[in-house]
Amino acid sequence: MRRLANGAGFLCAMSLPGALVTFGLVAFALALVLGLGFRVNDQGLLRGPLTLGNFAQILADPLYAKVMLRSLWISGLVTLATVVTAYPVAWYLAFRAGRHRGLLLFLVTLPFWTSYLLRVFAWKIVLAYNGVLNSAMIELGLWDKPSMMFLNNPAAVVLTLAHAYAPFAILPIYVALQTIPRSLLEAGADLGATKAQLFRRVVLPISMPGVLGGALVVFVPTLGDYVTPAMVGGPASTMIGTLIQAQFGKANDWPFGAALATATMLVILIAVALVRQADRRWGSRT
Amino acid sequence: MKQGRLLPIYIGAYLVFLYLPVALIPLFSFNDSIQAAFPMKGLTLEWYRTLLQTPAIGQALRNSLGIAIAAASIATLCATTITYLEVFPRPVLSRLIGVLARLPILIPGVIVGIALLILVNLAGLGPSRIAIVLGHVLVCLPAAVTVLRARFAAIPRSIAEAAADLGASDFTVFRRAVLPLAWSAIGSAFTLSFLTSFDEFIVAYFLAGTEPTLPLYIWSQLRFPKSLPVVMALGALILLVSALLAGLAELLRRRSRV
Repeated sequence: MRRLANGAGFLCAMSLPGALVTFGLVAFALALVLGLGFRVNDQGLLRGPLTLGNFAQILADPLYAKVMLRSLWISGLVTLATVVTAYPVAWYLAFRAGRHRGLLLFLVTLPFWTSYLLRVFAWKIVLAYNGVLNSAMIELGLWDKPSMMFLNNPAAVVLTLAHAYAPFAILPIYVALQTIPRSLLEAGADLGATKAQLFRRVVLPISMPGVLGGALVVFVPTLGDYVTPAMVGGPASTMIGTLIQAQFGKANDWPFGAALATATMLVILIAVALVRQADRRWGSRT
Repeated sequence: MKQGRLLPIYIGAYLVFLYLPVALIPLFSFNDSIQAAFPMKGLTLEWYRTLLQTPAIGQALRNSLGIAIAAASIATLCATTITYLEVFPRPVLSRLIGVLARLPILIPGVIVGIALLILVNLAGLGPSRIAIVLGHVLVCLPAAVTVLRARFAAIPRSIAEAAADLGASDFTVFRRAVLPLAWSAIGSAFTLSFLTSFDEFIVAYFLAGTEPTLPLYIWSQLRFPKSLPVVMALGALILLVSALLAGLAELLRRRSRV
């Protein structure tokens, strides 16, 4: 294949904006986080002596393992709920929607582009003690005094995050399902496969990259979330994002916050590697 | 066939779950009570009036608009050049740049926020509107790259090759042969980046100095129960604008298909 564009000047000029942003911001800022995690907190940014103390503290104090496990647990549940509820919608979009496809696709992706803060805030007014849910139920005579059980617990965090990130998983699954040729399904049916068999042996393996991609874009941001735990979670739902945020605010220990962030990225990398491994073993081979 | 009827019901229920909680915000923004609870007390436009009379909201809106326009412009420019190089000339470096440009989607917002906070402090800039712009460029970049990559990949390579064979310079191939076919997608990427930045809270929280954006203003007001109705009126307007802009981006994206 012949190469387009051989002029060095053109390539440099075209590469410049992307190179500045990706090397200057993405790579450099991440390197700073990594570097700061190995410093002593003495208020001079990146001037303190080197130390492994921050990471030792993360490993030594059981609080951090506990909060990390809770974050994994919460974002794992959110990811599972989001993907499982999104799959039928994506399936309908790919195979059944017909002339309504464009409109439906727009409707399920629209919340993606509306304020995340407002979506979380909406749940606060729904679940609050004197909020929408309690007052509506009393109005309907279903119970006679407001209940405190809806707000300030991990279940409220899972529900709110699953709602806030619901549209994220539909698009990748839909794109993967779209690549399935109809003829493949017809061939399977002609050869005597039941619907369940077709789904288990043909549709699910082919759509697996979309499912894993969707799971990833839900899992990563929910793992580091600090807004939802603060709004609807209460003290029993502190997540790792909350702890990182606190180090750069009230606690004012930036190096320790950077070390926590590094540990979180490590956990995400391990999760991604495990998922890829699982996909290679049981998933699609397209 | 049973499935044929159950599935549309499920889709309907899913859409209700998706929209009902958010729809409560505009609903209660007209409620004549500080509590967001049933029964509703009566219709009022009082909260919208207060909204217009609060100068801090106007200032936050101007900050948000300025930041969103700057961040969306930079993100769209970067995404256009990055994906053009990826699809057409394909130099080795562009593959690395492309990977880094998509990386922020694998980083939780809180870490993007603190990473840039460290960077702007080191650079002597400190938390400021420029710092938020930089943060939002990173947040917008993966989606803009995805939209534009799809568009450039759909343009036949032969068009660019024909232009080059006929003696067009590298820049002319880009500017006259490929770019005219991608304008709608570029508009779509810009609009979506604008929306992302306009609504972004998690990263901006770390990078804001004394001049808050609208989401940061909302966050600061959530502590005061008295200001909840005004926050809901503001939220209702933001939701309306977001929906209109998302519709515009969708129209642009569809036009680029033709």
